[in-house]
Amino acid sequence: MIKHIVSIAEAAKLIHDDASVMIGGFLCCGSPQKIIDELVKNQTKGLTLIANDTGFPDSDRGKLIVNKLVKKAIVTHIGTNPETGKQWHNKEIEVELVPMGTLIERIRCAGASLGGFLTPTGVGTVVEEGKQVMEINGKKYLLETPLSADFAIIYATKTDKFGNAFLDGTTRNFNPVMATAAKTVIVETEELSEEPLNPNEITIPGVFIDYIAL
Amino acid sequence: MTQLSKEQCREIIARRIAKEFKEGDIITLGIGLPTEAANYVPSDVHVMFQSENGMIGVGHRNLAAPRNAHITNAGGLPVHAKEGAVFFDTSMSFTIIRGGHVDATVLGALQVDAEGNLANWMIPGAFVPGMGGAMDLVVGAKKVIVAMEHTNKGEPRILQKCTLPLTATHEVDMIVTEKAVIDVTPEGLLLKEINPLFSLEDVINSTAAKLIIPEELSVKAA
Repeated sequence: MIKHIVSIAEAAKLIHDDASVMIGGFLCCGSPQKIIDELVKNQTKGLTLIANDTGFPDSDRGKLIVNKLVKKAIVTHIGTNPETGKQWHNKEIEVELVPMGTLIERIRCAGASLGGFLTPTGVGTVVEEGKQVMEINGKKYLLETPLSADFAIIYATKTDKFGNAFLDGTTRNFNPVMATAAKTVIVETEELSEEPLNPNEITIPGVFIDYIAL
Repeated sequence: MTQLSKEQCREIIARRIAKEFKEGDIITLGIGLPTEAANYVPSDVHVMFQSENGMIGVGHRNLAAPRNAHITNAGGLPVHAKEGAVFFDTSMSFTIIRGGHVDATVLGALQVDAEGNLANWMIPGAFVPGMGGAMDLVVGAKKVIVAMEHTNKGEPRILQKCTLPLTATHEVDMIVTEKAVIDVTPEGLLLKEINPLFSLEDVINSTAAKLIIPEELSVKAA
């Protein structure tokens, strides 16, 4: 069960034009920043980006937007990157805004092979448009469906050769759940541990990881 | 009519909101004005702040940390973790938020109305930052407190019916502005307190919704 250990450049080359890509991170925290930089260098384009946010113009996922590599962004927030709003306005990019709790649960459903879930979030708002509204015990819910991707590029603080990963502090955010929901999962780790990590202190089980990049 | 600066308004609102926090509460604060309420929690009231990006026990800003620090708040800014803090992923964070495990949330608003409807995430064609975690927070938190200046450049923001796209319906419990504290009740908006710097007439004139005014408030104001 030893995983493929690759360079950042090799990892980025796995990702092809027009791929759907989940990228972990919450603004600047817990993002796979080196692989993002490499995608910019490679000019990997036509991407469907699934992430919490489109970062800042000069950092993280924001660089993919500024370099016009994203065809569609499925995110919760674009307010910190004015370039996303500008491209959206100019019809250069498609943006699907999703409530944060709904986005993470849609990804979780894909990773767990569930057919969808019912949430009260978004009832009576524009989020409801085009969705099935179901009433259960007198309360209204929206039917939300699973969301998967070709690739998940996630961050880890420390990873062992089995792919077991530890994520420090609030770097966890979307990373553990995204690791469950893509065909190919690449973890960008700050450190590769020669020794196996303590099984009690693992944030993401290595079973989800295909490539370790550093 | 009393004229207050933006800073004075924000301090009045933040101080008043902090009085709503109770011993042991788990509280989620929105970005901006709501975050300032954390500065005025009475020293004998112990609360824990939850942050949607994955933390309970948010402490003060960590000014020494780099931009990509490992502990940040929902605004992406580095913070310290308080004693008793815990980190978790987004899935757990929204189980806490949507599941009703947050005692109170404080959020800013563009508009709020007599039915407790809230609009705080977009102005079509002008301002579309996205809802982030706000829709889940408003639906899930036990108590929803709106923190905002009473008017926007003189235009009322407390309306009979919101005109902007909603964040959620029938979820707001309380509105705190620099002029007044208003409870949202099944009967409508109940005026609870008037800032003594303002008159009852001024509150009524700057509110575009029907207010239920208890006798003691109208007597005091007269």
